[in-house]
Amino acid sequence: MSTKTVEYLVTRTPELGADGRPITMPVLPPGIEPEMHGEHMLINIGPQHPATHGVLRLVLELDGETVIKCTPHIGYLHSSFEKLGEFRNWNQIIPLTDRMDYLAPLIYNCAYAMAVEKMMGIEVTERCKVVRVICMELDRIFSHLLWLGTTAIDIGAFTVFLWTFQERERIYSLHESFTGARITTSATRIGGMMADLPTGWISSLRNFVDTLPKTLDEVETLLTHNNLWIGRNKDVGIISGADAINYGMTGPNLRASGVAYDLRKDRPYYDYETYDFDVVVGEHGDCYDRYLVRMEEMRQSLLILDQAMARLPDGPINVDDPRVILPGKYDAMADMESMIHHFKVVMQGVKAPAGESWFSVESSKGELGMYVVSDGGSKPVRWRVRGPSFINLSALPKMVEGHLLSDVITINASLDIVLGEIDR
Amino acid sequence: MADKNFDEALSGLETGAAEEQGAETPRGEAADEASHPSVPALRARFGDAILHHTVFSGDEHVIYVGTERSKEILGWLAADPAQRYDLLVDLTAVDYGGGRPLEVLYQLWSTTHKRQLRVKSTVVLKDLETDSVVDIWNSADWLERETFDMFGINFRGHPDLRRILMPDNYAEGHPLRKDFPLRGRFSRAEQTRRALSMQVEDYYTPDELHVGGASSSNATAQPNAAATAEAARHHEGTPSRPNNAENWSPGTEGSAAAAGSGATV
Repeated sequence: MSTKTVEYLVTRTPELGADGRPITMPVLPPGIEPEMHGEHMLINIGPQHPATHGVLRLVLELDGETVIKCTPHIGYLHSSFEKLGEFRNWNQIIPLTDRMDYLAPLIYNCAYAMAVEKMMGIEVTERCKVVRVICMELDRIFSHLLWLGTTAIDIGAFTVFLWTFQERERIYSLHESFTGARITTSATRIGGMMADLPTGWISSLRNFVDTLPKTLDEVETLLTHNNLWIGRNKDVGIISGADAINYGMTGPNLRASGVAYDLRKDRPYYDYETYDFDVVVGEHGDCYDRYLVRMEEMRQSLLILDQAMARLPDGPINVDDPRVILPGKYDAMADMESMIHHFKVVMQGVKAPAGESWFSVESSKGELGMYVVSDGGSKPVRWRVRGPSFINLSALPKMVEGHLLSDVITINASLDIVLGEIDR
Repeated sequence: MADKNFDEALSGLETGAAEEQGAETPRGEAADEASHPSVPALRARFGDAILHHTVFSGDEHVIYVGTERSKEILGWLAADPAQRYDLLVDLTAVDYGGGRPLEVLYQLWSTTHKRQLRVKSTVVLKDLETDSVVDIWNSADWLERETFDMFGINFRGHPDLRRILMPDNYAEGHPLRKDFPLRGRFSRAEQTRRALSMQVEDYYTPDELHVGGASSSNATAQPNAAATAEAARHHEGTPSRPNNAENWSPGTEGSAAAAGSGATV
């Protein structure tokens, strides 16, 4: 049985040490044996629980209030997307992708289209590349804002939730004016986008990019130096860089542990190497660092958005490739060849040559891998999604071991999981 | 249960698709081995155990290895200082259908050398087994469970090989196999009946039931021999602990409440 003494900060009247940092103290007064030789207790969190961010169920084995063992049970949202994909055309899979991570749908749309384009050897147009970069960075902010609001509410700060959701509402409106949908965007197509950006969209985005930092500053005023926030987050759920790599963690969770692994720098796609931004890296790998990393990542994403808007080139948004792109509506109505072409692309679907591709992008949660295998037909032999949340969550049992029950909520929130993608 | 379709479905579950003679999975053309630094090193170290090397989609290097030495080769790739593939990004399988062997796929990334490599090994339908790599990378734990759940590949040496996305007592087989119909093997009525007849114990692992104090007789729908034996041993050691409502008595109220309600908290 564990004899770990749980160090936990009592924050009701925070005391500062000589170095200015709050003093941590053990839960039990000194002299009392921390190990309780009682029966272990089993506790369920979820599947219907607001703090599990979806239908996640954690079964905890507790000794008093200390977690001895945590077993996540997943699959409650399993919708068999990968199997469904094998019965869909290449383009028909796109609506499935944004239902996986409904917190950052455009990243999933783009990642899937990019994987298929890579397999087919299609190079999208310059304008399309920049538009997709804008989409992906916008949704990174979109997802981080939700994470920030819900994590704050899990820990007990309600105001932040209202502020971030007000900002998310503006991104929803941007989604809506571009794609017609607020969550299930389905914005990409193989070889381009469903449509070009509408008139005035960039100026709305400009307005958003200019005003978001104010909200972020306000949130930081509330949280970053707040003793309650620090007490609930600092030194909680520590995972070292080596462990995090071994558990396959990626994204902000890995970077908070001090490993500068960011696909936008390590395996750049869409000219990310030409954008000027920093990879945000933490030091301690605790919940507080994960918070700081995500806060700074939003600011870096704003920088990228700024540069992308400045360089957005004119020109066509779709590639000029009859294998994948439909002819214009006027041509399809007026010209026999175009009509036949339109008919064939719609009825038979895009045909991908035999081959395979494993392509990954840096999503808001981590490395999002899309693996597509084709046998030359219009449907995939296999479509696999490497969901970052799925693998990040598998490290949760290790991270919560020996912590208090209340820290499980903090640690689980700090991982930023989305169950739609874990269960697929 | 006497449903004809149901029986047919079950027999299909046993046999699987008919195996074609000599069928092979597509492998791609052989590529220049010097174009990826790990491939010549692998060839020098393992020789003929490296069956094939190919490149997909321009820059994706794939090597094929035999199942019997796959763990040894992957362990070397993870540990050798010149390779150091320390991040197992993905582990999954591909079923090409038609009775062809399944491919198990390991997507690796080296954070030190900033290189990626894909390793594939094939397992035939008759013998869906390969070595687990959990003791090399912890991330393989859930990925192997998912591959087992979806394809039925048995990973030898995995510490806790259970279904992960489907329920533990799911009886229709492995969904991502090509011989699995899109809507499942059983009829809608049978699927609903099974969903409604789930017991509380079905939602817990044997270990959890043990901690929660459920009796060993109804511990699992599909009893796990080792866990049941261990649970029995545990109960012998603590005879005063009642297991269910039947042997509840007022004198043991405190522990009865803890034991009886433990599994349903």
